[in-house]
Amino acid sequence: MNGLATTREKVEAGLRRRRRTERVFRLTGILATTVGVLFLGVFFADLIGKGSSAFFQTFIQLDVEFSEDILGPGSTVDLEYADFDGLARSALRRAFPEVTSRGERRELNRLVSVGAGYQLRDMLVADPALLGARRSVWVPASSTVDMFMKGNIDPALDEALRPLSDPQIGWIKGLQDRGRIAKHFNRALFTNGDSREPELAGIRGALMGSFYMLVVTVLLAFPIGVAAAIYLEEFAPRSRWSDLIEVNINNLAAVPSIVFGLLGLAVFINWAALPRSAPLVGGLVLSLLTLPVIIIASRAAIKAVPPSIREAALGIGASQMQVVFHHVMPLAMPGMLTGTIIGMSRALGESAPLLMIGMVAFIVDVPGGFSDPATALPVQIYLWADSPERAFAERTSAAIMVLLGFLLLMNLTAVIVRKRMERKW
Amino acid sequence: MTMAIMTETETTENRTSATAQVDLPDEKRDPPATIATELGATVGNVRCENPFVVAENIDVYYGDNHAIKNVTLEIGKSEVIALIGPSGCGKSTFLRCLNRMNDSIESARVTGKITLDGQDIYGKGLDPVALRARVGMVFQKPNPFPKSIYDNVAYGPRIHGLATDRAELDDIVHRSLERAGLLKEVKDRMDEPGTGLSGGQQQRLCIARTIAVDPEVILMDEPCSALDPIATARIEDLIDELSEDYAIVIVTHSMQQAARVSRRVAYFHLGLLVEVDETDKIFTNPQHRLTEDYITGRIG
Repeated sequence: MNGLATTREKVEAGLRRRRRTERVFRLTGILATTVGVLFLGVFFADLIGKGSSAFFQTFIQLDVEFSEDILGPGSTVDLEYADFDGLARSALRRAFPEVTSRGERRELNRLVSVGAGYQLRDMLVADPALLGARRSVWVPASSTVDMFMKGNIDPALDEALRPLSDPQIGWIKGLQDRGRIAKHFNRALFTNGDSREPELAGIRGALMGSFYMLVVTVLLAFPIGVAAAIYLEEFAPRSRWSDLIEVNINNLAAVPSIVFGLLGLAVFINWAALPRSAPLVGGLVLSLLTLPVIIIASRAAIKAVPPSIREAALGIGASQMQVVFHHVMPLAMPGMLTGTIIGMSRALGESAPLLMIGMVAFIVDVPGGFSDPATALPVQIYLWADSPERAFAERTSAAIMVLLGFLLLMNLTAVIVRKRMERKW
Repeated sequence: MTMAIMTETETTENRTSATAQVDLPDEKRDPPATIATELGATVGNVRCENPFVVAENIDVYYGDNHAIKNVTLEIGKSEVIALIGPSGCGKSTFLRCLNRMNDSIESARVTGKITLDGQDIYGKGLDPVALRARVGMVFQKPNPFPKSIYDNVAYGPRIHGLATDRAELDDIVHRSLERAGLLKEVKDRMDEPGTGLSGGQQQRLCIARTIAVDPEVILMDEPCSALDPIATARIEDLIDELSEDYAIVIVTHSMQQAARVSRRVAYFHLGLLVEVDETDKIFTNPQHRLTEDYITGRIG
C-alpha cells in the first residue's frame, strides 16, 4: 500500500485492459479457425463438385447378335482374333438403319467405347452358349458422349469447336428418346487398371500398388522403428553418439521425400538390382521415409510412460527387458500405433519418391504381387491430371476423393486405437 | 501436531508412548551432559547386534554433487530403522543404495561397501535383479501397475518363478494381500485394476506386491507422505507387524512416525550421517546439536 491506491483498485484498473486483450485473442482464434474451415470447405466443394460425376458413366443399350459369321470362318471360333468390335458396330448400325454413308458410319461408331468389344468378348467367354443368340447389352459409351451427357460439351458451340458433330448429337438425342442411353454406376473405375480411354480407366491398379507398398512399409517400418525407439530410449547409454543419432533422426523426418526416392533408385534399383516400378522397391523407399516418423512418435510414447511404473517394476526385481516388455510397451503401444498409422497415411499420400523409382509408368494391368510393375494412387492422380482428355479431369478428382477417403479411414483408425487402448494410471 | 494425527493415535494403541515423548515440550527433555556440535564422525551407535545389512564408508556422487559422505550404518535383522533429516540430506539416496536403484541414474556413482547377510551387493557375484528380489522397495507415491489387483501381486512371484502352478501362485497372492491387510477389501474384485483402489489401499497393494516375493529387507521411501492420517495409521500398524519377519528401513519426514514405528533412528544432514541411536534416546536425549535442532523443529 503506497497510500495512493489499494491492491483492489489497481487490479480493477488493469482488469479492463486484461479482458480486452482476452477478447481480441479469442476473436483472432475464431477468425483463424473460420478461415481454415472456409479453405477446407472450398477445397472439398470443388473436389466433390468436379469428381462426383466420375462415379457415374454413360452406357448405351445395344441389341447385339452374337452371329457366327462375324466371329470368323469355320465352325471353331477363335475368340482371340474374332471381330467383337464389329459385333458392337453392327448392333449400332441396326439401331440407326438410316445411316448409310461410310463417313457417317464411322462417326456413328465413335459413340461407343472400344471397351464395348472387350465386354462382348468377356460375355461370350463366360457363356459360349450365347453364340448365335441375340442379347440386349449395356455397353460403355465413348468418353465424348459421356461428357456430353454430363453437360460438359455445349451443343450451342460451333461444330468445329466441339468434339461431337451435329449428326452425332442427333443420334445421342435419338438414343435418349428410345431410352437406350443412360448413366449407370461406374464400376470400371474400381475394377480396371489405367487406360488411354478415360471411360475404361480405373484406379484398381493404383490401389493395389498402394496396398502392396503399404504392406511392405508396415512390415518393415513398424518393427524396425519400434525396436530402434526402444533401444534408444531404454538401453542406449547417453553419449555424444546417441545425441548425434537423435539429431539425425529428427533431421531425416524433415528431408524432402524425393531425396529418399533418389536413394532408393541408387541403392535398391541400381545397386541391389531390384525390379523397376515394383511395389517392393516403393515399399522399401516409403519405409525409409516413415521410419523417422515412427521412431520419433514411439520415443515420445515411451517417454510418456510414468517413471513410477518403471521404478515399481525395477524395485521388485524385473530386469530391464522385463520392465520394457511387461510395463513400458503396453502403456506406450497406443502412441506407437498412432505414430505408425500417421506415418502410413503419410506414405500413402507420397508421390515424389515413387517418380524416382519408375512407378510413374503407364501400367494397364492390375499388379498381382510385390514385384509386378505398379503405380500408386497419388501417382495415378498425377498421371491423370497430366492427361489432355476432358474426361480425365473428373477422374482425377474422383481418385483424389478415394485417396482422401483412405487417409480419413486411417487417421480415424489412429484415433480409435488411441481411445480404445489408452489406459489411465 | 494436527488434530487429525491425534485422533489417529487414539485408534492405535501400540504407539501412544512414543508419540507422547515427541510431544513433550522442550524444557522437559534431559539436557545432555555433553553435546556434539562439529560435523564429521557419526555420534551415537552405528553398530547393532546381529547386523544384517552393513554399509561401510558409503559415498555417493551425482556427477560432481557429493550427495552422501562417508556413511557407515548397520541394520539388524527384523528391526525397523527410520532415516530422518531435512529435504535433500541424502536419506533417500542412501536408501536407494541398498537395493542399487541408483544404478538406473547414469550420473550416480557409489563407493564403499554394502553387504547383505555378508554378501557384497556391489560385488560381481550379485546381480541387481537377484538383489532386488531380496531387498524389496515401497515408494513414496503408491505406484501399482496398471493391471489387475491379482496381477499386481502376482507379478514378482511370476518373474522370479516362485510358484510352480496356478494354485501356488493363488496362495502367494492371497497370503500377501492378507499380510498387507488388504485381502478383505479386495477378495471379490481381484480382476479389477489396482489403480482403481484408494490411495491407502494402493499403498497396501504395493506392500503386498513387495512381500509377495518374500524379501529379507523392505525399503520404504516415505510410504505415507501421500496418504491421509487414517491410511497412514494402517500402514504404520502394518510396518509393526511386518517387522517381526523383515528388516525394514523407512525414510520419513514425520518425526512422529519415526517415533511410532522404528526401533532405531538415523539422522542425516547434508549427506552426513549425524547421529544414530535407539529411537527413545534420539528423541529424549540427542547427542548432537543438529539432531536436537531438527527434532525440536529449529531446522528442517
